[in-house]
Amino acid sequence: MNAFSVILFQSATSSIRTARLLKKEGIERKMVPIPRNLSPDCGYCVRIRSEDAGRVKDLLVQGGVEFDRIEEWAEVLINREAM
Amino acid sequence: MTNPASRDVQPIYFDNAATTFPKPQEVVDAVVGYMTTIGGNPGRSGHERSIEAGEAVFSAREAVAALFCCDNPMRVVFCSNATDALNLAIQGILQNSGHAVTTAMEHNSTIRPLKELERRGGVEVTVVPCPGGHLDVAAFERALRPSTKLAVINHASNAFGVLQRLDDIGEICRRKNVVLLADCAQTAGAVPIDIKNEPVDIIAFSGHKGLYGPTGTGGLVLSERFDHGMMRPLKFGGTGSNSDSVYQPGFLPDVFESGTLNVAGICGLRAGINHILSLQGGVRGIQLRKKELTAYFLARAADRIRGFRSPVPPELVETGVISFAIEGMEPSDVAYYCSDRYGIMSRAGLHCAPLAHESMGSFPRGTVRFSFGIYNTREEIDYAVNALEEISTMKRSA
Repeated sequence: MNAFSVILFQSATSSIRTARLLKKEGIERKMVPIPRNLSPDCGYCVRIRSEDAGRVKDLLVQGGVEFDRIEEWAEVLINREAM
Repeated sequence: MTNPASRDVQPIYFDNAATTFPKPQEVVDAVVGYMTTIGGNPGRSGHERSIEAGEAVFSAREAVAALFCCDNPMRVVFCSNATDALNLAIQGILQNSGHAVTTAMEHNSTIRPLKELERRGGVEVTVVPCPGGHLDVAAFERALRPSTKLAVINHASNAFGVLQRLDDIGEICRRKNVVLLADCAQTAGAVPIDIKNEPVDIIAFSGHKGLYGPTGTGGLVLSERFDHGMMRPLKFGGTGSNSDSVYQPGFLPDVFESGTLNVAGICGLRAGINHILSLQGGVRGIQLRKKELTAYFLARAADRIRGFRSPVPPELVETGVISFAIEGMEPSDVAYYCSDRYGIMSRAGLHCAPLAHESMGSFPRGTVRFSFGIYNTREEIDYAVNALEEISTMKRSA
């Protein structure tokens, strides 16, 4: 079971907007490079705790912030890539 | 009076409609702050500097959106100046077909792209008269056709400071299903503008005039009603998004923001907006203080300067811009003497607005323009009126 999820966006501006919104709401978040297994995009996404994913999704919808999808953060794949 | 070099005061800057000076210290600090501490290319990488740059740009987007009462900062598109923004809207919407209506008070930043599209063929342009500076609204409505795609309205004249009523014009556009683009180069930061409640589809703004940001900043604000799919980008390239695709993304703001933004300038723009909003009364307060300075200048000038003529009644000047002439003198000579002998910086001629000068009866000679900003004072105006009085007398006796 993964402890983290990532929110993917079309626009990098949306990821910044999300990070700011979550900061205001006091939700733990971190901007991280988009995991290569999830998207070929070279920008960044917002990593959150998986347990917050439901609440975050609601906040984004309420706030009118466009996002692509929320995926589980597969850290193991990142490590494998690095090897 | 003496040469400014021997005066114990700074030269006087009355050319704020061209670009405002001086810029607030916070603006300078924000520009330097980006270059010395933030760095990074927004939206391009996942490291700290890139993220901070992205946050700085986004907070500027929020500041611009809030200033124009736009709820969604994603609908702010940064461009390199108001002309760039107007070109994107005009060329992007019309492309190579359809009809556009505009006014006889336009700046060349709108009339030239429109006339260029007309000259290339496919686009037709109607210029509606503005007797006394105000748009003839009935003639505007008559000018609209089934093929009319776009109306371009100069919100306030850079040469005369006369404001157009966007609500009347916008209601007509809405009824006729025509996109209304307002050229707010002179009014952003000078007159309150509300894109949410006023019937305007697109605002083009300058960042370095009334918003007190650095040159090289400006943009568009798109209302929620405007479908941005109707506007084709003029530039294509890197956006930091959809990097796996060779095609331009279609979403805002990326679709219109190819290439690295002027991040240093945008940081300064944000500081400029925050600065003007921190002044007493915000934008409305600035507007009222400029109107006071305008009335103060015009009352003294009419009283003291022989042959002083201003084509606009004082009560119609909304943005602190005064066009005037001194009978029997070339405007360029008056501006030259002001600058050379008295250290007063103004602008003479047609102010890139030949149509507006035709409307006001001052074409082709033009006028002298004094344009006030947030730092100008009554003392400076007193000095300028004395200077103009001397200039007019000196010239006549020569």
